[in-house]
Amino acid sequence: MTICEIASNTPVRALVFQRFYFGIIIALYKDEINTNNFYGGQNMEFSYSREQQMVKKMVKTFAETEIEPIAAEIDEQAVFPFETVAKLGELGLMGMPFPQELGGAGTDYLTYIMAIEEVSKVDGSHGVIIQTHNALCCWPIFTYGTEEQKQKYLPDLLTGKKLGAFGLTEPNAGTDAAGTQTKAVDAGDHWILNGSKIFISGGGVADVYVIMAMTDKSKGTKGISAFIVEKGTPGFSFPKHENKMGIRGSLAAELVFEDCCIPKENLLGPMGKGFKVAMTSLDVGRLGIAAQALGIAQGAFDQTVKYMKQRKQFGRTLDKFQALAFEMAAMKTRIDGARYLLYDACNTRDRGLPPAVAAAEAKLACSEAAMYVTTKAVQFHGGYGYIKDYPVERMMRDAKITEIYEGTSEVMKMVMAGEIFK
Amino acid sequence: MNIIVCVKQVPDTTEIRINPETGTLIRDGVPSILNPDDANALEEALKIKDKDPESKITVITMGPPQAKEMLQECLAMGADDGILLSDRALGGSDTWATSNAMAAGIKKIGNYDIIFSGRQAIDGDTAQVGPQIAEKLDIPQVTYVADYENTKEGIVVKRALEDGYEILKLQTPCLLTAIKELNEPRYMSIRGILRAAKQEIKVWGADDIGVDKTVVGLKASPTNVFRSFTPKPKGAGVSIDGDTPREKAEHLMHGLKEKHII
Repeated sequence: MTICEIASNTPVRALVFQRFYFGIIIALYKDEINTNNFYGGQNMEFSYSREQQMVKKMVKTFAETEIEPIAAEIDEQAVFPFETVAKLGELGLMGMPFPQELGGAGTDYLTYIMAIEEVSKVDGSHGVIIQTHNALCCWPIFTYGTEEQKQKYLPDLLTGKKLGAFGLTEPNAGTDAAGTQTKAVDAGDHWILNGSKIFISGGGVADVYVIMAMTDKSKGTKGISAFIVEKGTPGFSFPKHENKMGIRGSLAAELVFEDCCIPKENLLGPMGKGFKVAMTSLDVGRLGIAAQALGIAQGAFDQTVKYMKQRKQFGRTLDKFQALAFEMAAMKTRIDGARYLLYDACNTRDRGLPPAVAAAEAKLACSEAAMYVTTKAVQFHGGYGYIKDYPVERMMRDAKITEIYEGTSEVMKMVMAGEIFK
Repeated sequence: MNIIVCVKQVPDTTEIRINPETGTLIRDGVPSILNPDDANALEEALKIKDKDPESKITVITMGPPQAKEMLQECLAMGADDGILLSDRALGGSDTWATSNAMAAGIKKIGNYDIIFSGRQAIDGDTAQVGPQIAEKLDIPQVTYVADYENTKEGIVVKRALEDGYEILKLQTPCLLTAIKELNEPRYMSIRGILRAAKQEIKVWGADDIGVDKTVVGLKASPTNVFRSFTPKPKGAGVSIDGDTPREKAEHLMHGLKEKHII
């Protein structure tokens, strides 16, 4: 069988092989791939492994049994779902793409992303809780932490016994990180933090925080350093919980540091490398947000299919109206297209290739698909879509944030434009 | 403790369809699942292993090659070993022939303390295979187990009856069939999945288990399916309202008269 024959077996494979060759050309050009990979090619395969199929099945069952029944309630009351998050920890979802020796589940990034997608099909709040913890707290500690830091924090974080969060955004600094005003001053045997962070997912709920603070204002982003701050440290408080439009089960809070003393050894990564810690963590985070967005889109789509099959107008069900059915086909195309970009971005990271641009592209596509699909889903539900009896109302509110946090859609375009015109 | 759990792969009945012309199950595109009562059987074995990590759990099933997937899921939940009895000679077996094959497979595994099985499978609903295995292995059995406890004097189980429970004590080796009330089955864990996906499922044919081929398979089965059909759904019932028994009786009489029944 020739490669062309294999490629023609399924549309998925055809796409993979297109990308496969394109990838090889780029990789050979950049000298990042060896000839073994060229001939072996098994890393490029885009079909699901048995592990991935089983994880997907398990997470789907869990999400439908444990999360779906409480999704409306945690949204309405804006309460953090501690009980289900603890169960997610026991099953391994709170430390997926990390080695088992440290307490992680030991999966690749694609499997991790498929799990977030499955969870987000029924509830976007749970999706972002998993993603923030994994990508923005566990990942930077795993990647930049000293051996002591890893041993101290990761076993409890990766098993979900403790929760993690990440603080970069401030009242005057978000996309423009150089405007960071939170300061860390070297006071001999400890650091003193002063300043505040806003919109921090998991703020007040999480136990361990990765915080960006200026150690040398004159150097701009090169003067930012990353620190690990534990909840309960004197001078570290959470004065305000945000009243959000969506993902209301994932609490967001303001963090305030007032002469907050943290041990010297809590500097994460080298001095002045905090911006890099933050940006590379967000590259991982964007995969998770894309997966959350994709899950919300697919969830809203599935709900709409179900609704259209039973809702009758003019003597026939809605799916018999071609104008609506065609629009559903267009929505499916957007979802599936976004999914291929996302899975390819995960594949890129799993292969150790530069991940930033693919992740930005995936996040842009998935979050736009989520907003597009959920808006249509509400429309197709008519009046029922606008009330809280059907989940699409919540899904549309949940979708919007995916175009904003962990880099807005505009920032995703900046990342991609930078690559196009470099 | 060495535990054997007998399981079955069944079509997910929430998505079942029957071909109206032939009266047979449409299996295409219908996902297969671990039979729900068997999940309770496995869970009880896993709970024993939680307390006594030295315990070994072997899961066994008879079925087509794709039943391996279900066994893998059992391993991902925490079982140690999976065995699939699969052979054309075993195909089409009824409960009697199935229990002959299963008993032979279990004899080959050997050295067991407890055998757990589900009460019954949701596709056939016979509840016969578990008890028949116990008979053929000549070991004591308790069906409809709703509670299990391992005490110094032996195993104590609660057996659900239509109007109550029996508390029974028995010695190992024995066979217990599980009902839903026994426990809440756990999910596969991700670590379990990664381990299970790499683990080999043993496949044994009729020759491997040394079973007499005249007692297994379609031809050896004393029963066979005459016809499958979907029972007609019953109409919705009517609840008769009224504040007092007298008023309710009046309403009932009125309704019956209206329909010219009386």
